[in-house]
Parts: sequence; C-alpha cells; structure tokens
Amino acid sequence: MLRYAEGMNEILKNSLRSGPDGRGRFGEFGGRFVAETLMPLILELETAYEAAKADPSFQAEIDYYLKHYVGRPSALWFAERLTRHLGGAKIYFKRDELNHTGAHKINNCIGQILLARRMGKTRIIAETGAGQHGVATATVCALFGLPCTIYMGAVDVERQKPNVFRMKLLGAEIVPVKSGAGTLKDAMNDAMRDWVANVQDTFYIIGTAAGPHPYPAMVRDFQCVIGEETKWQLQEAEGRLPDICIAAIGGGSNAIGLFHPFLDDASVRLIGVEAAGHGLDSGEHAASLSRGRPGVLHGNRTYLLQNEDGQILEAHSISAGLDYPGIGPEHSWLHDIGRVEYVSITDDEALTAFQLCTRTEGIIPALEPAHALAYVMKLAPTLPVDKIIVMNLCGRGDKDIFTVAEHLGFKL
Amino acid sequence: MSRIAGVFENLRSQGRAALIPFVEAFDPDRDTSLALLTGMAANGADIIEIGVPFTDPMADGPIIQAAGRRALNAGASLRGVLGIVREFRHGNDKTPLVLMGYLNPILSYGVAAFAHDAAQAGVDGLIVVDLPTEEADLLLPEAAAHGLDFIRLIAPTTSDERLPKVLAGSSGFVYYVSITGITGTRTASAEDLARDIPRIRRATDLPIAVGFGVRTPEQAATVAKYADAAIVASVLIEKLTNTNIATVLADVAALASGIHHATKAAA
Repeated sequence: MLRYAEGMNEILKNSLRSGPDGRGRFGEFGGRFVAETLMPLILELETAYEAAKADPSFQAEIDYYLKHYVGRPSALWFAERLTRHLGGAKIYFKRDELNHTGAHKINNCIGQILLARRMGKTRIIAETGAGQHGVATATVCALFGLPCTIYMGAVDVERQKPNVFRMKLLGAEIVPVKSGAGTLKDAMNDAMRDWVANVQDTFYIIGTAAGPHPYPAMVRDFQCVIGEETKWQLQEAEGRLPDICIAAIGGGSNAIGLFHPFLDDASVRLIGVEAAGHGLDSGEHAASLSRGRPGVLHGNRTYLLQNEDGQILEAHSISAGLDYPGIGPEHSWLHDIGRVEYVSITDDEALTAFQLCTRTEGIIPALEPAHALAYVMKLAPTLPVDKIIVMNLCGRGDKDIFTVAEHLGFKL
Repeated sequence: MSRIAGVFENLRSQGRAALIPFVEAFDPDRDTSLALLTGMAANGADIIEIGVPFTDPMADGPIIQAAGRRALNAGASLRGVLGIVREFRHGNDKTPLVLMGYLNPILSYGVAAFAHDAAQAGVDGLIVVDLPTEEADLLLPEAAAHGLDFIRLIAPTTSDERLPKVLAGSSGFVYYVSITGITGTRTASAEDLARDIPRIRRATDLPIAVGFGVRTPEQAATVAKYADAAIVASVLIEKLTNTNIATVLADVAALASGIHHATKAAA
C-alpha cells in the first residue's frame, strides 16, 4: 500500500529510520545549500556531532539534563473526557507542554548546547517564531552561562510579548527583524547572516528539523525522545502500539520527534497537520506540502511556498510557530513516499480546538498543537472505540492567550 | 576563449586589474538597470555583475536586501533579468556579464532551460551564492554544456585543503569573499589581502576578484595591488538610492581610475 521503494537512494531498504545519506539527503530532499563561508563550519559541525553521538558520555549528559532539568519523561495522558465527548477512538496526549519552558523545544536545545560546549563555542544565536524556541535557547544559555542573541520577526515580537519578556529576563538579547514580513523566515535569514559574520565563536541553535545538514537529522535525534517515551508509555498503559500518531507541523520538529520511532511500525498511521490559515485556497496559509513545491531555502531542498519565479511567499497562520513557508526535508521525503499523511487545519478550526481542550481537559494548549487537536476532533469520531490515537501536545498556551482573546473579542 | 577570459588576458598584457561594478537588476526599475549597464561599460567597467533579486538573500547585507525588495516590487524575475541582458547585448557585444544570485529561482526556471536561455541571452558567467561545491553537480554540468563560466566563491574560512575541491570545475575567475560576513559591511585590510591572495594563487591559475566591502577608489586600488579584479556593489547601490544614475557612473569612472593607477605588488 505504501510507496516506500521510491526515492530511497542510499537509505537502507529495510528501515525508514536510517536517513539521511552521506550527502545529508532524505531521497531528493535536504542537502547543504549554504554560502562557502559557512560550509567549512557545517562540515565541522557534522564531524563534531558524529563524534558526540558515538560517545556514550554525551548521551548520558543529555539524559541527565532531560530528567532532572527538563522533567522528562513527560506524561502520556489519557484524555478521557475528550474521548467521551468526541465519541470514537481513545485519545492520548503526549504532554510535552509539561516540560520546563512549556514546549518540546527544550529537548533540542539541551542537545545542541551540550554539543556547542563540546565544540568550545562561546556564543549562542537562534531564531524564533512563537518564541518557544527562543525561550528554550535563552534558558539553556542562562543555565550554562553563555551569551545569547535571539532573532525574532518584528511582527512576532508584537504578537508574542510574554515570551519576548521571558527571554529578556533570562538575559538574552532580542533582535527584532523587520525585513520581509517580519516573521520566522526573516528571523532565520538574519540568524544565518549573524552566523556568517561570527563563524569563529558562534554556535547557531536551529529550532526546527530544517536547515543545512546535519541540522535536520540532529534536531530530529534530539526530539526522538518524544516518540521513544510514547512507545514504552503506551505499552505500559495499553500493552500495544498506537493506531495513529498526530502532530502539528511548522518546520516539523515535534512531529518528526513523535513519528520517527514509529516509522518502521507499518501498522501505525502517522498524520502531520499543517496550518491552513484562512484556508488552503485563500493564499494565506502555511501549508507547504499541500500547496508548495520543492525548492531550496535556508540550506535545504524541501517543499516551499513559492511563486512561479521561485520567489518565496509569505506564510500565514494564527500560530506564530507554524508561520513558515517551508518544512523539514525529512517530512518532504515522508510525504513523497507516502509513509506520513499530511492534512491541514484552519485558524478557526484551531481556535475551536483550543477552547475544547481547555474546557474538557483543563489544559490550555498552544495554538500549534491546537491544530493537531482540531484534526483529532475530525478523525476520532469516525473511528471505533478500540482504536488509539496519540497526539503530541507539544506546547502550552499561556503565550497565546492574548492572540486568542483578540480573536474571541475579549480585551485583556 | 570566453569573453571573461579574453578580458583578463587583455588586462594582463596592460598590467592592470579589472573593475567589476554591480547592478541589482530592476532596482528601482528595468530602465534604470539598462542605463546603468550601458553607462558602466562606457565608464570603465571591465566586467559587470548583475544581481538577480531574491526574497531571501542570506549572504547580503541591508543595502542589497533593500535593493532586492525594490526590484521585486518593480516586477523583477529571473526571466526579466535575462531580458535585460538580451537588450544590453544589442548594443554591446564586448563587456562580460555575470549573474549573481541564489539557487531557487534557477531551480524554479529549470536548470537546463535556464543554462540554455542565459547563454542565448548573452550571459557569460554564473555565481550562485547558496550552491557550495558539495551541491554543485546540480548546475555545473548544464552551465559547462552551454559555455557559461562557473565562478566559485572562496571565503577566509576555506582551508588550503579545501581550495582544490571548491575550485574544481570553476572557470572565468575566482570570487574571493574577503571578509567573514555579509555584503557591504566590513572591509578587508591590505594586510589581509597580502596574506590571503597568495594562498589562493597557489591553488589556481584563474584570475582572482575580491568582493564584499570594497567602497572607495583607494580601496579598489589596494585590491588591484594584490588581486586581478575589484568587485564594487553596496556603495554603488547606496549612491543610486540617494542620488541618480549620472553620479553612480561618475563613481564608477573614479573607481576605474583608482584601479588604473594602482601598482602591482611584487608577486
């Protein structure tokens, strides 16, 4: 049924988990499309990461911080009232919103800052959309005493004020980026410009599973703890694999973290939820797989929202974290081979799900996982009660209450 | 011999370096770009570099970023840039033109179709900023098949061991990005160039052009002392934004004069 055979190149035939190949590619996606100034650094980073991976003390260090600082494992919560309300499949939440700093982003930041320290880097930069990755980066920088500069689109600075203030409290310097539409894409451009100018001492902590190789693979590896925990936690709770895993997708780091450990479990349906903004045909959305085509941006070949001349289009989503015109290259590959299904959810549907989750489960979700939940709301009632869905609740919604209030007509 | 190789051979016999000014196509409109190309060729430009606007120019500083935005607002496209080249060629068959830009518009155009159309239009060379040697097989064979010079960027971070790998398959000239940073920000010193250029010279017989941060006739003369060409971009864009075409062309003439009077450092 699944079209696994196509585009596998050097990836091992008996596993979907062995990518990328030696050139950093997942099928035809990924790669290293950066200026020559950065290329030696990218290669150095790859070598350093491979060495760290082979060193058991590196993983032990990550495990220590994930357990005692981040608070892992995060709970796997049976959402009983929501399940009853929707009247179909059994719904579990993987509660990565309970992590320190309130989202899955910290999993990756711990891994990358420990690598930066191993490499002797003394300054950290990062881009951020919703501010969750920025907060997580500023947090680990405070923890390890490293100076930190966060690039954030000027529009996002405006709509994510609580996170901006949190980053400042943590000691980070925030640079509002005014170029382009002033969102995540532009923040990433400026972070890369900073990196080019400060190659000697600076480590760039990319927040999503995109960018030049080795970032997509490295960020995925650091996020796989989500799926690995889910696997044993559900085994404990139900004695089996889930039938369906669902996660929201901007760049796709929380989704690849949940999906990757299940890629070779053919019985598990994997569903990624893109942001449809005002609707897929409105021209204002962030659905790069549904409405984009392959191209090169930010160091990797992947599906992008672009015009006929190859100029990158501005994405739109109510969720700043999904407001990105590209997607991680591994998702593009998983899309093309048909292993993961990609669907989309509008701003309005996400807002409805946000409220439902809050009232039935007493959990205020971020607008990002509210997209995943909105798809759960569509899917669960169509399935028998013995099916199990796991949804990644990858962030908490405190940062979004101002946005939500505005849309619901409240003034805070 | 390609137009570019011909220019450098001719200059070598004169014992001087080349001036390569930069025009961001369609900034602020198509007619201005055409007037600049024609005018620069008449005012001492030996080769002209044409910037192909892109929404996300990651290696460029604020000045070229803004130029790219104005150009896109004026309706710039890769096809449109080739149209400008074609029109320029009606009156000038001699000055080499090099396109500098990012990969995605080329991918979107179709690599084979682009290489064909660019060569037909009269483009001589390509510089693709986000196409490092590791990914060059995407474009290099098609460029070579159509006689387009494939110009590589070398950075201060490019090690001696890496140089031959980066230079493999390149032709025309070598573009030395003389600083670690984005366009139009810092300037390399004479000491930097005295150290860096011989290092590259040992790895290639191709002429070496120096770009990023060359702003004044004096700086161009310094570059000409050590290298074979000076590339000047941001300062000319800035001038165009604040004044007019005539002033930009006067600056090009002054830069050319700076280079003509430069004395070569002993090799």
